[in-house]
Amino acid sequence: MSQDSQSILSVRGLRMGFASGYAHTRQVLAAVDGIDFAVHAGETLALLGESGCGKSATALSLLRLLPAAGRILGGEVCFDGRDLLQLPESEMRTVRGGGMAMIFQEPATSLNPVMTVGRQIGEVLERHLDLTGAATRQRALELLDAVGIADAQRRLDEFPFQLSGGMKQRVMIAVALAGHPKLLIADEPTTALDVTIQAQILDLLRRLQAERGMGMLLITHDLGVVAQMAHRVGVMYAGEIVEEAPRNAFFASPRHPYSQKLFAALPDLARRGGRLETIAGQVPSLAAMPTGCRFAERCPHAWERCRDESPGWHEAGESHRVRCHLMAEPGRAVAPVPRPVTLVIPLVDPRPALLAVRDLAVHFPIRRGVLQLTVGQVRAVDGVSLDLVRGRTLALVGESGCGKTTVGKAILQLVKPTAGRIELEERELNGLSRAELRPLRRRMQMIFQDPFASLNPRLSVGEIIGEGMSALGVNTQSAGRNDAVVALLQEVGLDPAAAGRYPHEFSGGQRQRIAIARALAVQPELIICDEPTSALDVSVQAQILNLLKALQDDLGLAYLFITHNFAVVDYLAHEVAVMYLGRIVERGLVDEVLRSPRHPYTQALLSAVPSPRLDAQPECIRLAGEMPSPANPPAGCHFHPRCPQASALCRASYPETSRLTATHAVRCHLFGSAEQNK
Amino acid sequence: MTFLPVILWSDVLIWLLVLAAIVLGVLSSRNPPLRAAWQRVGRSRPGMAAATVLMAFVLVGLLDSLHYRPRLESREAGQPVAYSVEVLSLLDAMVTPLRTRSEKTYSQPLATRAYTKEAFDVRDADGSLRQVRDFPRLKFGGAHLGDDEARRDDDIVKRVLAAEALACAILAGIALGGSYLLARRHACSARQIWSALWRGELSVAWHAVLATLGLLLLLLMPLAVLSVDYHVFGTDKVGQDVLYQILKSVRTALVIGLVTTLVMLPLSILLGILAGYFRGWVDDLIQYLYTTLSSIPGVLLIAAAVLMMQVIIDTHPQWFATAAERADLRLLALCFILGVTSWTGLCRLLRGETLKLRELEYIQAAQAFGVSDLRIILRHILPNLMHIVIIALVMDFSSLVLAEAVLSYVGIGVDPTMISFGTMINNARMEMAREPMVWWSLAAAFVFMFTLVLAANLLADAVRDAFDPRLAGSS
Repeated sequence: MSQDSQSILSVRGLRMGFASGYAHTRQVLAAVDGIDFAVHAGETLALLGESGCGKSATALSLLRLLPAAGRILGGEVCFDGRDLLQLPESEMRTVRGGGMAMIFQEPATSLNPVMTVGRQIGEVLERHLDLTGAATRQRALELLDAVGIADAQRRLDEFPFQLSGGMKQRVMIAVALAGHPKLLIADEPTTALDVTIQAQILDLLRRLQAERGMGMLLITHDLGVVAQMAHRVGVMYAGEIVEEAPRNAFFASPRHPYSQKLFAALPDLARRGGRLETIAGQVPSLAAMPTGCRFAERCPHAWERCRDESPGWHEAGESHRVRCHLMAEPGRAVAPVPRPVTLVIPLVDPRPALLAVRDLAVHFPIRRGVLQLTVGQVRAVDGVSLDLVRGRTLALVGESGCGKTTVGKAILQLVKPTAGRIELEERELNGLSRAELRPLRRRMQMIFQDPFASLNPRLSVGEIIGEGMSALGVNTQSAGRNDAVVALLQEVGLDPAAAGRYPHEFSGGQRQRIAIARALAVQPELIICDEPTSALDVSVQAQILNLLKALQDDLGLAYLFITHNFAVVDYLAHEVAVMYLGRIVERGLVDEVLRSPRHPYTQALLSAVPSPRLDAQPECIRLAGEMPSPANPPAGCHFHPRCPQASALCRASYPETSRLTATHAVRCHLFGSAEQNK
Repeated sequence: MTFLPVILWSDVLIWLLVLAAIVLGVLSSRNPPLRAAWQRVGRSRPGMAAATVLMAFVLVGLLDSLHYRPRLESREAGQPVAYSVEVLSLLDAMVTPLRTRSEKTYSQPLATRAYTKEAFDVRDADGSLRQVRDFPRLKFGGAHLGDDEARRDDDIVKRVLAAEALACAILAGIALGGSYLLARRHACSARQIWSALWRGELSVAWHAVLATLGLLLLLLMPLAVLSVDYHVFGTDKVGQDVLYQILKSVRTALVIGLVTTLVMLPLSILLGILAGYFRGWVDDLIQYLYTTLSSIPGVLLIAAAVLMMQVIIDTHPQWFATAAERADLRLLALCFILGVTSWTGLCRLLRGETLKLRELEYIQAAQAFGVSDLRIILRHILPNLMHIVIIALVMDFSSLVLAEAVLSYVGIGVDPTMISFGTMINNARMEMAREPMVWWSLAAAFVFMFTLVLAANLLADAVRDAFDPRLAGSS
């Protein structure tokens, strides 16, 4: 995008903050501190950064949709030749939706559940285009068509609960487009969606932007999304933009240490066996902003000047600006310590499996009517078999709703399996009473997804970690237990003094460490990790992954790693199983599955993951539609309605397992019988 | 002994509640999240002001909850010691003049003469008797003035001024003493404490407490001083001082508001958690129970229960040594039946919250450790429900006080011999209809009940803001 083209939005020195404290101590803490950027027509500017860096606060201040405690402290937001910060509220309303429109992160909560889709789009049309009656409906229909919703005529009269997540996000985009905005602000538009749906939505946004020549401000934490979507990138850190660059320059050579660290913290195959780069510490809190460079505390290159003086802008190339003292004194840079990378890819382990799951099924009955008769079954898990050896990691991958979490819970007997066998070292778990299960619970534990929901806020960290020990009778002496808690805290990299503190005093990453310590407290052999890093920022995710890896090496733990993130799989797992609609469709060693995927679903899933590199973007296989409901799976192969290679056979019967190698198996008609017929 | 202590059942419960409050206080001072929540209450100005007013009411109620029977003066030596059948409380003893100095009938606030004309004989100078129809002089109201009734206004103004001066002196004493104590605790000079106090920089909104105390003293001190020789709120139909009735009503209101929750809480907490945690048939059963119960009109159920209780009381006079004990049992019965009819709302709330909590990951983590259900409920679920319980408790208090007034008005409330806001209002109903109207009884009852309920509501607001996790930390 050429620089001389007219910018539609230019922000200069925007500062906004949040009021905090009680009456007399009330002060406004700046969350966004003097940022400048411009967005041109037809251009996408990506604001990139970890949570708490002020990205969303920026977007909300552009629209002047601040939360109750939010205050705009100064600066200028020029949109369409007017300073938005000076406009009266009544004129602001024509700008919102008409001039700029916003798409929010969570499609499920951004649509009004009691209004039909048509009404919600019509509301914007009536407000901004003065359309009425049939004209509104006609226009809404066109918009739904434009965002790729099939059967728009029918969808117009449906309520949000009748739509799937991806369709809701499409409707949100239609609502945003209704007022012909010149600028679209997309705040993490795909974070809540699955990769295949994310690919669809990103495609749609790109197409709409090209058609309409809109400017787009994309807020995201995902480097992969940035690589696919952005023309220019602004990296935000602690309320400031620290680097601004065209996409290619940014991905070729990020100049700010923070940007470099963000790249380095991403797990991928090249770093397998080694440790991931992490960023020490966390984003400084609003109340304790350092006077110098805000990144100095976490920066490996920082010297005195960084701590005293806030760096100014330095040119690093054509329209590539960096706020870092290193640009003035490049000699100060500290060469990174090369980390030993030991590629250990173990072969098939001859030892007997620690965990063996055979034909596990979990069905939830659907009850209807006064008598609560069972009218159907949700087949959340439908015949899953797994083997896991001590010291190994099996990754269970799939989109949301495929039943991967249910598998984990069924193994732990948190959900009662309907059928199948679960054996922990040849000891059958199904059908055991609670008392019989208790000694076995010591040997398997779980780490949950959300570190904010997995710790009881009313118990101290010591009590949380000690709970398992007391319930399972490990270390019954209280002195011994305190020592054990201290040792565990040190093992997961926390200060032993944390034992007396409460969960709310810790950050997300620290909480996840506490959750890991709690699971380790009973010395388990198997840990089921249910998306343990999906709620965390990239740099924190790297810390947790490193920790999990180190623990595995030291203690010989086996992990069943449930995730939807292929980069994590690549880094941590030895074997992978891909699930679709309650069944495993492909499994094998990590290289087999990720490097040469055979099942069309695995192929599509892998190609839909946005890669954070410019060169390595493979051709994306777009899957149509979304995952069907497990209450009513399609006949034959569950994947056939979305499969680009489906045949008549696929519609008729579910494929049997075909072994490609000793370790690689796939359930698809393309292999197996079809292959033998050739 | 000059008296025989009488322990009424409601006294036991009230003091148990005081004990429970102390235990709760100690427990929550040890638990950081709870302590933080109470500290937020402490910082809230309206909350602390309301708490101060409530403390005044509670003080009156507690003084009225220590009962005894005074010894009768035996006429002959050698007779066994006999105690009066009248049960008195410490409060009665403290305000004996108010209790004993009854007029014949209605008199206006601060009046020296009765409210209705009467015919009486006046002996003229020549010794002849003459019948006069006039407002008779009160026996006690303004008796110290003698015949010089015109002096009344001067006397009142003088007393009020003296009382205000006294109030100011007491207030200054409290302020100085308090700031000295605070200064010692914070280890700084009294001057610093003062400036911090006025700017509200202390961890507790002491300035609100002080201001409320000041207001209370300025309002109540004149009442106290005047009540020595006047009926400040007038007298009722049988000549009883209305101020005395008000003071006695406070205890009834507190018992109804607090003891009822004792009945209500175990039911709603236990059943709510059981229904939410175990789901299945337990949930069905409990839901069936409370939907059935809450679909019976409350007043009907209460009326039936109270009338049944009344029959039992009437057919077993031998159970009760005194009328006070009989009235007390009926009061408790009312508390019980109010509790039984009002647990459903809180139970429903707790069931819903438990349903949400049991799906949270820390509960599942506990289940993965094989922690027993009872322990999960006690350690993980109950503490996370406490904010709802505390909020419901404080909010229910005011509605129960109002409910008592309504029920007594309908005639199914407390025993007619027991003084309560409800019975006062019920009696005032007849007086509103007469001409000239007797307004003071109703007005006094209204003002005091309003103050009590308003204070409780304001405190409930502050408590809710402090304990509600969604609001915590926002302000």
